[in-house]
Amino acid sequence: MQRYSGFGLVKHALSHHENWQRQWRNPTPKKEYDVIIVGGGGHGLATAYYLAKEHGITNVAVIEKGWLGGGNTARNTTIVRSNYLWDESAALYEHAMKLWEGLSQDINYNVMFSQRGVLNLGHTLQDMRDIQRRVNANRLNGIDGEVLDARGVQELVPIMDCSKRARYPVMGASWQPRAGVARHDAVAWGYARGADGHGVDLLQQTEVTGFKIVDGRVVGVHTNRGDIGAKTVGCVTAGNSSVLANMAGFNLPLESHPLQALVSEPLKPILDTVVMSNHVHGYISQSDKGDLVIGAGIDGYNGYGQRGSYPTVEHTLQAIVEMFPIFSRVRMNRQWGGIVDTCPDACPILSKTPVKGLYFNCGWGTGGFKATPGSGHAFAWSLAKGQMHPLAAPFSIDRFHSGALIDEHGAAGVAH
Amino acid sequence: MKHDKQPNRLLEGGRIDRDRPLTFSFNGQSYTGFAGDTLASALLANGVDIVNRSFKYSRPRGIVAAGAEEPNAVVQLGSSEAAQVPNVRATQQALYDGLSARSTNGWPNVQRDLMGTIGKLSGGFMPPGFYYKTFMAPASMWMTYEKYIRKSAGLGRSPTESDPDIYDHLHQHCDVLVIGAGPAGLAAALSAARGGARVILCDEQETMGGSLLDSREMLDGQPAAQWADSALDELASLDNVTLLPRTTANGYHDHNFVTLHERRTEHLADVAPLANGRRQVRSRLHRVRAGQVVLATGAHERPLVYAGNDVPGNLLAGAVSTYIRRYGVAPGNKLVLSTSNDHAYRAALDWSEAGREVVAIVDARANPDGELVTQAQALGIRVITGSAVVEAKGANRVTGARVAKIDIDGFKVVGKAEELTCDTIASSGGYSPVIHLASHTGARPTWRDDILGFVPGKVTGMTATGGANGVYALAEVIADGSQVGAQAASASGHQTAPIDLPSVAAIREGAAVALYQVPHEKTTLRAPKQFVDLQNDVTAAGIEVATREGFESIEHVKRYTAMGFGTDQGKLGNINGMAIAARCLKRSIPEVGTTVFRPNYTPVTFGAIVGRHCRELFDPERYTSLHEWHIKHGAEFEDVGQWKRPWYFPQTVNGKPETMHEAVARECRAVREKVGILDATTLGKIDIQGKDAREFLGRVYTNKWEKLAVGRVRYGLMCKDDGMLMDDGTTSCLGENHFLMTTTTGGAAGVMEWLELWHQTEWPELEVYFTSVTDHWATMTVTGPEARNLLAEITDIDLDRDTFKFMDWREGKVAGVPARVFRISFTGELAYEINVQANYAMPVWEALFEHGDKYGLTPYGTETMHVLRAEKGMIIVGQDTDGSVTPEDLGMHWAIGYDKPFSWIGKRALTRPDTRRENRKQLVGLRPKDPKVVLQEGAQIVFDPDQAIPMAMMGHVTSSYYSPILDSGFALAVVKGGHKRMGDTVYLPMADGQTHAAEIVGPIFYDPKGARQNV
Ligand SMILES: Cc1cc2nc3c(=O)[nH]c(=O)nc-3n(C[C@H](O)[C@H](O)[C@H](O)COP(=O)(O)OP(=O)(O)OC[C@H]3O[C@@H](n4cnc5c(N)ncnc54)[C@H](O)[C@@H]3O)c2cc1C
Repeated sequence: MQRYSGFGLVKHALSHHENWQRQWRNPTPKKEYDVIIVGGGGHGLATAYYLAKEHGITNVAVIEKGWLGGGNTARNTTIVRSNYLWDESAALYEHAMKLWEGLSQDINYNVMFSQRGVLNLGHTLQDMRDIQRRVNANRLNGIDGEVLDARGVQELVPIMDCSKRARYPVMGASWQPRAGVARHDAVAWGYARGADGHGVDLLQQTEVTGFKIVDGRVVGVHTNRGDIGAKTVGCVTAGNSSVLANMAGFNLPLESHPLQALVSEPLKPILDTVVMSNHVHGYISQSDKGDLVIGAGIDGYNGYGQRGSYPTVEHTLQAIVEMFPIFSRVRMNRQWGGIVDTCPDACPILSKTPVKGLYFNCGWGTGGFKATPGSGHAFAWSLAKGQMHPLAAPFSIDRFHSGALIDEHGAAGVAH
Repeated sequence: MKHDKQPNRLLEGGRIDRDRPLTFSFNGQSYTGFAGDTLASALLANGVDIVNRSFKYSRPRGIVAAGAEEPNAVVQLGSSEAAQVPNVRATQQALYDGLSARSTNGWPNVQRDLMGTIGKLSGGFMPPGFYYKTFMAPASMWMTYEKYIRKSAGLGRSPTESDPDIYDHLHQHCDVLVIGAGPAGLAAALSAARGGARVILCDEQETMGGSLLDSREMLDGQPAAQWADSALDELASLDNVTLLPRTTANGYHDHNFVTLHERRTEHLADVAPLANGRRQVRSRLHRVRAGQVVLATGAHERPLVYAGNDVPGNLLAGAVSTYIRRYGVAPGNKLVLSTSNDHAYRAALDWSEAGREVVAIVDARANPDGELVTQAQALGIRVITGSAVVEAKGANRVTGARVAKIDIDGFKVVGKAEELTCDTIASSGGYSPVIHLASHTGARPTWRDDILGFVPGKVTGMTATGGANGVYALAEVIADGSQVGAQAASASGHQTAPIDLPSVAAIREGAAVALYQVPHEKTTLRAPKQFVDLQNDVTAAGIEVATREGFESIEHVKRYTAMGFGTDQGKLGNINGMAIAARCLKRSIPEVGTTVFRPNYTPVTFGAIVGRHCRELFDPERYTSLHEWHIKHGAEFEDVGQWKRPWYFPQTVNGKPETMHEAVARECRAVREKVGILDATTLGKIDIQGKDAREFLGRVYTNKWEKLAVGRVRYGLMCKDDGMLMDDGTTSCLGENHFLMTTTTGGAAGVMEWLELWHQTEWPELEVYFTSVTDHWATMTVTGPEARNLLAEITDIDLDRDTFKFMDWREGKVAGVPARVFRISFTGELAYEINVQANYAMPVWEALFEHGDKYGLTPYGTETMHVLRAEKGMIIVGQDTDGSVTPEDLGMHWAIGYDKPFSWIGKRALTRPDTRRENRKQLVGLRPKDPKVVLQEGAQIVFDPDQAIPMAMMGHVTSSYYSPILDSGFALAVVKGGHKRMGDTVYLPMADGQTHAAEIVGPIFYDPKGARQNV
């Protein structure tokens, strides 16, 4: 694998960029692999990368029906934070956060992880109680965080309306300085290149249409390019996960909803933290290109068309202009949608299934981008060892039978 | 022939009003244009070549196009801070007097730009995705690198002051929505309207008419623009037609829902001027539901991709014609036209007729032979065939064109290049139907080899016509439009009334050739930059590098190079980019993929999308009918749901206003010792009727309802299907089949939906009806030892403690007003909740105060209510619970009817292993070891304060107050296994380093037997 560096860039410039190598191959599928990962999004690619790198399992294929990283990975608003309330989630997201902090160097691909800090605003007394509770829990879990009052918020974001004139005046916020944003495509491509470099086959334009199951054990998959055998299959297919579970003969407690996001036209830098508000219901950051990147909650209906309804966009912008009246004359450039797989408790599923050798990693819903490295890391461990990683274990589908839910709704609301 | 002060203005021609000169400024310099100009045409008229600097390489850029596809002329508009609008496309901005615009990039200015120098030097080090490959070492430096990268971000800037303007929305319905008022759209609108359909016709331009406005052709022997005028006259005269000029269809959503953005005043000023002394909206968003949509959005010309094609003076051929014919502006003196088709010859003909020199027409085809070719040759214009402009020369303005013979299939230059001196290069590589809107719906466009373009995919209820559907000859366009309009009318139940087609002298055009990127003597990677996406500085070489690196899907190519991610969404460059990717990958264009366009078609201000739903109308503020009184009595308010509730009533004591702490202490004491009054109107109230009402209650509440007698009230708990508490409240039996349910203030709407959901989807067989009556009734809680004495003075209801017992309700009059009085208590004191029609509340409230003075009647707010209920261990859903708490966790086993005959929501979940687990978090009281301490709400509880981080957290404080009656702090909390840990000491490690200790006690701190409410 060609190593990337500033020096290399200069060298390539002098040879007119004629000598860049492919970042990954375009292999023909083998008959059989040790492990097949279904879904070439960030989580699937990260899983393959860590399988190869940490566990030496390189006879691996990632099967992607479209293009690598073209699902929610390519559509998300890239907020990365780990200040979750419950121990189980906090541990998983903080595991991811630690990996984020060295990711660019590890995969030799700049994922532009920008720790510009995330504010979760509080607008009511109850918001503030919840914020205190969450930040207290974070602190005792060893996760950075602080509770700010309205003045503290105003100092960080001078352009926000923190006055009493607002419909729901800002009362304070939680502030996680290590949180931030990253470049989504780079995450997918960087893991893809890393996995490919270890010999993993990345099979694009290949759709899994069914599972080969013998005596309750998975032995391979059917695809539009023929059958491919495997001893272990990990499904990491986000909004399509319930469809794949159905192919394998069981149900998952998932609902697939459109989640939309939008960007403004590029603006000169004006907002350098991430601001999220559950109460007013919108969140915003500014990308390195200058676009305001904006989102809110899911569309209420179920569907697989990767677009949502217009009223959701209207409501989202209402919230943004309420928080930032100066953005009224800024113009919206584009909107889009992804299909998110939401669980009743707003937490993911990393789990064995009724089919032996078949594992699922899904249910990340509106907030899985931030977990990408941690999810891939823990899932790879689980596939390699045949048992769930301790950080993943609480997220088994058994919890929907036992009732041991990890309800992040209470204190996290919009869980981006 | 030149106009005095406007060097490029022709002395005649154009649809501008030369009697109305307008002054405007660009980059601080003052210029003059005419009414009817766009900012772009006025800038060109004034000979302004450089309008911007490019995003990545900071290269000088000029105007390329005349419409929505313009990538370069993106300016900052606004003469005052509050009126700033970033990134306005000069080609779409009408000129008005006093317009003030600036370039969005360029430092110190666009003419002499420092970044441009750096861009020249370092351009080679910035291949696509270069940032993914560097800035990685050392890891700690990225935030610093990023700070500098960020400095070059963005085009225009946000205003820093609030918007002075307002915007609104209009909901529209029509049979036929025609988008685009060119020949196809006009014909479609006319025939649909004549058939009787309700038609909306919109067009994004200042004037309707589309390509007819700069056409060389004649219709019925008249200039084409005249036909457009008469068609518009007829449309304007019809009642069933709405004409919306300056209106862009910016989003096409499912089921023919289309949003139209009408710019009502942008052409007049940067802040909406008053109309008849009144404010008017700056722009309006029409939310249109159309029976049929006719897409008549025309086609965008594709430029050719050649070296140096970004130097100012490189324009689209069609734009050259538009500027000459429509605005009377010739954007240069010496023209070289490079084309792959006949249609573009018009640019040379128009140029020549404007009296300017056409140096040559360079035609990629070996034997062009259409009528326009002949016309050009007849004018003596040199036509160089089988060739193309391979490179534009010049830095700040085109100075020449290198022209060479090319082998299109072999993708190479053959023979030696000739350099022609010129200041303008117009190019045309064919036309791309404007399919963006259809593509918003998810419809995949189809590639057609015969027209070398994508046409819209199939959308139910939508037909594309004219250029948008790849039909280009004027006669055919009008015929097609008329037929499509007639069909749309008939599809929506109206007559078919196609129009009489005007006679057109058909112009025979020869076949075009597929040419996108023009070869250069050097390889693409070594040739001077050949731009594909001008706004994002994406070059042919960039696309080639991307494909070499394995980015093979067009979506990957776009993302890796940023092609099409600009504010023009690649209107100009995407197809060329796909063609280049296809060449590199040795595939066909459709094999490489189709492009997906997303709303908006062109950018729309947030304000327009928000409309009136901002500021005071962002979310309605709900007031109780006693709100005025509260304000008059100095209440501080708390937001609860949408309601403004009095939080506490600070009084002035010794000339000083009380703190919240003091006010609450006083209010608490008044209730415990005398009598207080709370406005409890905001609690949700749902009137439930029907013969199955009782059965329904039994299914949605955990407890039993079959025996609740008329006149009685019961407290109920509602769980979600996961067994977790979602709401609570009392429900009263008003009649055998009639109940009044109360909910929490914040939960009211959610509970109403919940009831409807279960009724409509699960138990439709039950006869039960729900009506929200929250706003209909005002609720006044009179509570305290003196409550009965006070109420007795103004009611005819018998308040005898044995006949009107705790948890009874009675009907009667209070202060002469019909009322329902509920004897329920959320304070632990004797209490009556008086409900009267909301309109009558004020006199009743005032009467209570008239009589209440002598009892010490004190108004109290939500804070006091919280302290009083917490002293009694009564929960607030959402504060003491969080969606993970069961009724049993709260110690409310008594409120669960496991043996009810029909199952109820949550029952199954409550029997799962985890909900039966011993050490669940359970509601307890906490008594701080130091009574002066008021624990922090949200503080985490540990058993061992000395453990290392991460600590094992055992619960948290849910409610915590100072109790004036107990003269100490106290709290409610949830603690693992708490019910069995009475007397244990727990610890609360705080952010400030302190650790508090507290004892676990029962949750009821005051009057544990409940004697006081039963007096
Ligand atoms: C608008 C939006 C905003 C968001 N914002 C944030 C945010 O700010 N922060 C955050 O942390 N998260 C956010 N998310 C959530 C986040 O994007 C996802 O949780 C995360 O990207 C999921 O990654 P993934 O790799 O599991 O899924 P994906 O990237 O969707 O990958 C799944 C892949 O599986 C493939 N696939 C599906 N079916 C098959 C099949 N049968 N055969 C082969 N392949 C198949 C799909 O094509 C897809 O590429 C957001 C999501 C959206 C839509």
